[in-house]
Amino acid sequence: MLLWLPLAAGFVCFVVPRRAVPLVAVLGTIGTLGLAIALVAGFDTGTAALQHTVDESWIPDLGVRYELGVDGISLFLILLTALLWAGATAFSAFRMPERRRTYYFMLGLAETGVLGAFLAQDLLLFVLFFDLMLVPFWFLIGAFGGENRVAATTKLIVYTLVGSLLMLVAAIATAVLASGDLGHLSFSLADLRANPLSTGSQYWIFCFFAAAFLIKMPAVLVHGWMPDTYREAPLPVLALFSGVLSKVGAYGFLRVVLPVFPQATVHFQELILVIGVAGILYGSIMAFTQTNVRLIAGYSSIAQLGFITIGIFSLRPDGADGAVLQMVNHGLVIAGIFLIVALLWERSGTEELTRLGGLATRAPVLASLFLIVTLATLAMPGSANFIGEFYILIGVFQTKIVYAFVASIGVALAAYYAIRLFQGTMHDRATANADSREIGLCDAIVVAPLVACIVALALYPGLILGRADKSVEQATTSAHREANVITQKGWTGYVPASEVTR
Amino acid sequence: MTFTAPHIDYAGLSPVIALTAGIVVVLVGGVLTDRHQRLVVSLISLTALAAAAGLCIWQWGNHEDLVARALRLDELGLSATLIAIFSAAICIPLSWRDPAASPEGSDPRHTEFQVLLLSSVLGMTLLSQAQNLIAFFVALELLSVPLYVLCGSSLRRQRSLESGLKYLIIGSLGSATLLYGLAMIYGASGSTDFGEISQVLANGNATDSLVLMAVALIGTGLAFKISIAPFHQWTPDVYEGAPTPVTAFMAVATKAAAFVALVRMFDVALGPVTDDWQPALSVLAIISIAVGNIGALGQDSLKRLMGYSGVAQAGYMLVAVAAASETGVNALVFYLAAYALMNLAAFAVIVIRERETPWGDDIKSVQGLGRERPELAWPLTISMLALAGLPATAGFMGKLYLIEAAVDASHTYLGVAIAIGTMISLAYYLRVVAAMWMRPAAEPAPAMAGGSPESDAARSRPPMGTRCLAIIVPAAMCAAGTVFFGVIPSPLVDWASHAGASLVTFL
Repeated sequence: MLLWLPLAAGFVCFVVPRRAVPLVAVLGTIGTLGLAIALVAGFDTGTAALQHTVDESWIPDLGVRYELGVDGISLFLILLTALLWAGATAFSAFRMPERRRTYYFMLGLAETGVLGAFLAQDLLLFVLFFDLMLVPFWFLIGAFGGENRVAATTKLIVYTLVGSLLMLVAAIATAVLASGDLGHLSFSLADLRANPLSTGSQYWIFCFFAAAFLIKMPAVLVHGWMPDTYREAPLPVLALFSGVLSKVGAYGFLRVVLPVFPQATVHFQELILVIGVAGILYGSIMAFTQTNVRLIAGYSSIAQLGFITIGIFSLRPDGADGAVLQMVNHGLVIAGIFLIVALLWERSGTEELTRLGGLATRAPVLASLFLIVTLATLAMPGSANFIGEFYILIGVFQTKIVYAFVASIGVALAAYYAIRLFQGTMHDRATANADSREIGLCDAIVVAPLVACIVALALYPGLILGRADKSVEQATTSAHREANVITQKGWTGYVPASEVTR
Repeated sequence: MTFTAPHIDYAGLSPVIALTAGIVVVLVGGVLTDRHQRLVVSLISLTALAAAAGLCIWQWGNHEDLVARALRLDELGLSATLIAIFSAAICIPLSWRDPAASPEGSDPRHTEFQVLLLSSVLGMTLLSQAQNLIAFFVALELLSVPLYVLCGSSLRRQRSLESGLKYLIIGSLGSATLLYGLAMIYGASGSTDFGEISQVLANGNATDSLVLMAVALIGTGLAFKISIAPFHQWTPDVYEGAPTPVTAFMAVATKAAAFVALVRMFDVALGPVTDDWQPALSVLAIISIAVGNIGALGQDSLKRLMGYSGVAQAGYMLVAVAAASETGVNALVFYLAAYALMNLAAFAVIVIRERETPWGDDIKSVQGLGRERPELAWPLTISMLALAGLPATAGFMGKLYLIEAAVDASHTYLGVAIAIGTMISLAYYLRVVAAMWMRPAAEPAPAMAGGSPESDAARSRPPMGTRCLAIIVPAAMCAAGTVFFGVIPSPLVDWASHAGASLVTFL
């Protein structure tokens, strides 16, 4: 129901009169948001098991099942998705894009794709939704984006599909190889978790999966599509893209890679940590050399996702907990930034930091909303991002202390680029083209709830941590245990696995 | 010496009989005037096709040898027959304008066109059921000869004539090679019956060198027909030159019948020497995937693009044959059906745009289609995304099935080849979609110096009017089918697994 409502609303967009199209789309996303909230409210925190499961046979001959479920890891990502979609849809609705039927249909399809990826408990279903969500985004950016949109989107889709097609092969190989022990072909994650593959095949399969997820995040080295896409995408779409899609990659690590390929995870732990830390440093440094506001935000998210990656690959429940929290935080923050950038663009007609400035003079509310978002980005103590990064660093300190030290530098760098972004746009001398206008009521309706969520999470991060805890523990258990076996000999001062996993 | 006629099971042969009867009746329709011809003749043809399809479904589940073991009735052959019938039925409305509307009367009329089309379908039906070397070859020729004529049937277009001639020469070369291979295998085994050949080979009574030669020659001959690289050079040229409805039919139906024949030949007759042909087919599949996808990259002509894409897709399907397993056959049948839906939707839109715009089949003809004619843009979009193997389309499920077959048969590298080929293919499939949705409509050039005769002809033609509907409806149907089987693939998967199982019981 939750899953298909957005798509259904998208279809309805084709039949209702043109004027009513945005209304239907907004209602659809708000309905989805309502369902997501109900899901969170009805969530049982005491267990790591899946809840609200649906398990239907779909393609019996191929062992593919239509298996959905929610647990602590996906719960808040689903809520985040629903929230950001409602926001972005409403934000576009006030602006009436051309060809709106296609636009809203694609938005609906995209939401279904993303929710599907978060809900799927069958590996193949996950891969399917993972690929599916690209198509509408490709359309949205390619048909409604800036000047060089066609080149940018082609780059985007080639990059990301290269990853996900290899993932498809890897997923099939996983199921086929596991079917030997299982007796029949099954893509169900639960079955695959129970029947780990031999270490040798885990290695190459891990590489395929990791490539897909790292490209999607994007991690450093495979982020080549990012600058072009960020420059050309329409801003509400970019808010979604950056806010939610990048999380699917990180989520994939927690959902698929860690539980199903524990040995390979441990084997490649250092490599991924290096990529994560490199992402933090590279992203931060690029973020404070760029002058385009979109790219500052874009590179900052590379840095943030670097944090999330090392949190997950600390292979500790603490780190992964922090990563889940940070995924939600970052989604809220980055979407907020992009929506505000859209407002800035309307006021000044530019996205270059050097030509922006002084927008705060007559817009105190807009400025303070932006300030809150900025402070959250730089993980000010008191914000939920601070807690997220703190947990991540605790996790990493416990396992690989060197990386934690380097990563800590990233926290300081974040302060620099975030403040620079805020000052450059809001303070400084007002430029000629700037038109300092207060945020309109309509836009405030969209942006304010996002900011409210950021504040609320800052006050009570336990909301997420408490619910994610059990599931995260379960997800990291096998990899963690594996890591212990390897490091037991030379490593003292290490919490025994039994204590954590019990 | 008395000659006993073989016992004939007319029920099992009924689809063939229905098609033959249809051909005869349509031929008589030639006496009608041009004005009535289109309606009456098309109705007769469609009735014959519908009857044959109905009889196929009636015979579904029957397994028996027909006509002194010349033909084999099973779900595999019937699947290919149904695909061929389906694409012929779509091809008839697509062709409605071209043959009859020629003012000089130099183009073939509907009667001739449809007789040839039906004969080709008959050839496909027989080919997909043949289990005897002689029946096999005769059916192959029955399939090919009408197609040579059809390719050259736009008599006023030089490209069409060139395409017909080219196809004739290359096709004959392919047939000759194949025939040589068939002779070798007869020499090696002393029998023309697939079952007996298989037994002789299994007993190890055949000469190795002869069998190897036969495998090479038969593989080459059939590779010409299904346009496997490096025997594909004719494909883009012929696809481009032939009238588009014929291209559509040729791309889909020939592939279905020839692939099924390939499976029957290799899995059944040459089954005991799998080790001999399996590596060869794997290599051909990889070459085909690479050549097709890379060749399609720079194409501006949509039909050439589809031609190269066909080469690549044939490579994907060959993976299923190379897997040499029941899953492989299932995957092949599934993919053939999906391929029919995807391709027919695309070609239908190309047909319309060829007639509406002065650009022929250039990619410019679909620019800005998303804004102007969404009812045309959607089928083509869905078809391109499906060919590219994006999820929620039958193309994705087909690729999934193929990769699974490859991995299952421990040829993971073939699965990876499919994945890599698909990545390359995105570049050109998505280019078409991008042209439709992300670029403005191309402005007609005021005076095209040196414009091709096709585009001049297109400009002088009156606008399409209602006939468009006869093409849009099949296009939309195929696109809807593509999405339907992408979301609910079970019926098609069931269908395909029957086909695979039927072959295995025969083994």
